[in-house]
Amino acid sequence: MNSNSARHEITREITKLRPEFRYIIDMVEPGSRVLDLGCGEGHLLKALQIEKRARVQGIELSDTAIQECVAKGLFVYHGDLDEGLADFNDNSVDYVILTSTIQVLHRPDFLILEAARVGRQCIISIPNFAYWRARFQLAICGVMPKTRSLPYEWYNTPNIHLTTIRDFRRFCRERGLLIRRETDLVLGQHSARRIRVWPNFFADYAIFLIEKKQG
Amino acid sequence: MGDCTVGAKVVSSYQINNINIVSFGSVTVIEEGGSVGIVETKYYTFAEPPNELQLECGRKLGPITLAYETYGEMNADKSNCILVLHALTGDAHAAGRHHPDDPKPGWWDNMIGPGKAFDTNKYYIICSNIISGCKGSTGPSSINPATGKPYALDFPMVTIADMVNAQKALIDHLGIKQLMCVVGGSMGGMQALQWTVAYPDMVRLAIPIATSARLSAQAIAFDAVGRHAIMTDPDFNGGNYYGGPGPVRGLATARMIGHITYMSDRSMHEKFGRGFQNADSPAYDFVTEFKVESYLNYRGASFVERFDANSYLYITKAMDYFDLSQPSGDLRKELSKVKASFLVISFSSDWLFPSYMSKEIVSALRRNNKDVTYAEIQSDYGHDAFLVEVDTLSRLIVNFLEYFDPRNRHSDE
Repeated sequence: MNSNSARHEITREITKLRPEFRYIIDMVEPGSRVLDLGCGEGHLLKALQIEKRARVQGIELSDTAIQECVAKGLFVYHGDLDEGLADFNDNSVDYVILTSTIQVLHRPDFLILEAARVGRQCIISIPNFAYWRARFQLAICGVMPKTRSLPYEWYNTPNIHLTTIRDFRRFCRERGLLIRRETDLVLGQHSARRIRVWPNFFADYAIFLIEKKQG
Repeated sequence: MGDCTVGAKVVSSYQINNINIVSFGSVTVIEEGGSVGIVETKYYTFAEPPNELQLECGRKLGPITLAYETYGEMNADKSNCILVLHALTGDAHAAGRHHPDDPKPGWWDNMIGPGKAFDTNKYYIICSNIISGCKGSTGPSSINPATGKPYALDFPMVTIADMVNAQKALIDHLGIKQLMCVVGGSMGGMQALQWTVAYPDMVRLAIPIATSARLSAQAIAFDAVGRHAIMTDPDFNGGNYYGGPGPVRGLATARMIGHITYMSDRSMHEKFGRGFQNADSPAYDFVTEFKVESYLNYRGASFVERFDANSYLYITKAMDYFDLSQPSGDLRKELSKVKASFLVISFSSDWLFPSYMSKEIVSALRRNNKDVTYAEIQSDYGHDAFLVEVDTLSRLIVNFLEYFDPRNRHSDE
């Protein structure tokens, strides 16, 4: 069978489309249970299902994205994340994933804590508003920043709760969440580059692996 | 999916489906794509005394005849069988025509056929009628072998579980060990759910549409008013009206109430508005004047031609009694033994079976770690949407079935 190569082809396509997913996929242990909040068309879930043999499910608000997920054979819930995760017991999945999602929520703090309750670990990625290009556009040019991770105009952006890497770290500290891993990136067309020096200045995207502090 | 773009055209204009959409059992939508052609209803008789079917109410029923139709070809290992379950006033005739000159095809013809959502080139589709109905299966209008007269109200009270148990006998008779899918809307969805609970090993996929694990008090209230209209009709005669005119006014009223609940405020407004049927100005009289009034009268009058009032009483009562959370009262616990994977679908403007009812089912399944997809389809058609939103529904169902068809190998499985 060429099913193995077909498998790799699918994940390659997905990570080419969204290079930052490569780093997220690598954070997930094989065979895990994964819940993706705001899973979109299910690209990440599909990649995790294929590459990590993960048992995956998603929640998504968009009708058309739900159709795409069903076409991929994924199990998804059509609903609003701001309603919370009442159906899920504490620690009932291995990973709750929120990719570029928290900044569009009405209550990101509430959902992050819900995610931390339901997942043994959470993978949360954010566009970094303190990226130097964004700072430059605002400070020098005096315009609302537009970057690869923040591609919208001020009038059509869904982002209502933007944050920075430093703000997010502080939030975790204050809410008793432990950052197990942090991957800071600059997103390119088909690739993403690691940033290790001054990430809050040089990275436009950050991925956090977090969990609740025990006790 | 070129064959199934019918829905989009229909949805875009109410004028086109003026007569087409609304009824549960008699839906017609412009036909495009393949038809299953000329079909015939088949009958299976079982539960001959002394092997009668034990009913939930404690009584026994037998012999039982179940009307059913099949479309497509069963494959060699019988792994492509899909059981379609109909709503309150539906019947076994889901697709195709009985005679070439039939004005309308079966009630879900826009979903069943070659190249359609339930593709008869791939799947073997069975549509089963229910006991207590009046469409060829044993019900209150059938002859009671003990008396030689119609059962009327001597017919035992039948529940959704009893209906499913009877269908199980039919599926056994067809030699099917496991159904690839059970699917139904409204009361058909209740049966689909009941199938997954009663026979978990026999159901691989379930698609309950616009349905509920238990009716709301509001829905029971509408049923109760319908039954009240029938039972207080002067021609009801304690249910022994066969041979006479029967409670046609009561039954028509019940149907009119039903139709109101199947539509939405929006769809009624779009379809009828406040328009008059025959004039531009009010007559200041009690003649049938408003368009909506005329429509309901028409629906009520045509319904009594094709439906038995006693069956209406029994079937609505079965829906009212249905409560999947019993006996424990905990829906999660009662759904813990299901093995099927689910596609649960609701419609945004359905106020008879609102989305929260579907979410309740999904929630209970998720808390049991069952595989379930939930989709709420945006629609203005109210409860009727499950018969009208063919395009969206087809896309969801085609993909769901395609992916889990045991004959399709996926690289990620």
